[in-house]
Amino acid sequence: MATLVGGITTSHVPAIGRAIARNLQGDPYFKPFFDGFPAVHDWLATVKPDVVVMIYNDHGLNFFLDKMPTFAVGAAAEYRNADEGWGIPVMPPFQGEQALSWHLIESLIQDDFDLTSCQEMLVDHAFTLPMALLWPGQKEWPLKVVPVCINTGMFPLPSARRCYQLGQAIGRAIRSWDSEQRVVVVGTGGLSHQLDGERAGFINKDFDLKFMDSLVNDPTWATKYSITDLVELSGTQGVELLMWLATRGALGERVRKVHANYHIPISNTAAGTMVLENAC
Amino acid sequence: MTATREIPGTKLFDGRMARKGYALNKMCFSFNDAANREAFKADEDGYCASYGLSAEQREAIRARNVLQLIDAGGNVYYLAKFAGIFGLDVQDLGAQQTGMTKDQFKAKLLAAGRN
Repeated sequence: MATLVGGITTSHVPAIGRAIARNLQGDPYFKPFFDGFPAVHDWLATVKPDVVVMIYNDHGLNFFLDKMPTFAVGAAAEYRNADEGWGIPVMPPFQGEQALSWHLIESLIQDDFDLTSCQEMLVDHAFTLPMALLWPGQKEWPLKVVPVCINTGMFPLPSARRCYQLGQAIGRAIRSWDSEQRVVVVGTGGLSHQLDGERAGFINKDFDLKFMDSLVNDPTWATKYSITDLVELSGTQGVELLMWLATRGALGERVRKVHANYHIPISNTAAGTMVLENAC
Repeated sequence: MTATREIPGTKLFDGRMARKGYALNKMCFSFNDAANREAFKADEDGYCASYGLSAEQREAIRARNVLQLIDAGGNVYYLAKFAGIFGLDVQDLGAQQTGMTKDQFKAKLLAAGRN
């Protein structure tokens, strides 16, 4: 059976993409964020994943309000990005691991997650920037991908509890995949930030730090909150922490924190990164 | 379904807003395509008319005013693509919505990191 090597969570702020494009990783504004990544690269070099299951939220590149799936799983042979209207660079295409896509789709639906399968799917910055952060400087990506998209743009959103359970089901599916491949789960977004309304610029450091700690010590802590609670505590876009919860859910009951980093601000966002692996 | 309580300075994009803002958001979604951004720049009135914007939405687009666009049903994911036409980023949008200069808005965020 396949091996689930662990989970990584990271912010996906568009400004990170601009910094990479302009080679500003060492710039004093960006350095505290990018300095969080060498330790992640070292861990990836040790665990050597063949496939990444990327849990992210689309920001209106692939999905429009005409048809908005709550949970969507990519099943394409290849995924591409596009400039999104504000000029993010187009990246090399990503090769899909279709065998795992269909195993996930079958396993999740068996597990009562009535998702939408997508054989064509554009991936946006929430997918591409974490790829560029985790595997920098690539002309060809060194591993295959399976995108899992959670709706955070149009309410009602799936609850924190449901996203955690989705992650648990993703973990079961990966561990039951008849393959010798090694799989890493990545969840992108957050942490606290708000782009819209008079409360734009809202950040909540205390909540973010509690949340990061909870993923290690009390993984279902955040599932007690409603979506409205989470918007109030972490901002309208801070709810992207749902992706972090799903990633944590995919891991076992007890995890070990390999690495964590947290920095305010990158653009309008409190930017965080964590690496977790199952505790033996 | 709508949110159960109000959060100050925050409008949740629920079904009511999704209905109200459909034409506006559909136009902004079209700006994913560079050719559509050029078509908008070449003939703003004609482009807005082709998406059937309401008078409120047309005025908010004319004013380039984010809070007005949100009131008219705009979703920030799609509005970001409209802002991209003018080279504006999310800090420009934040500054405008909070009545600050961009430098003041950036300083507010830096201060959040020092608390």
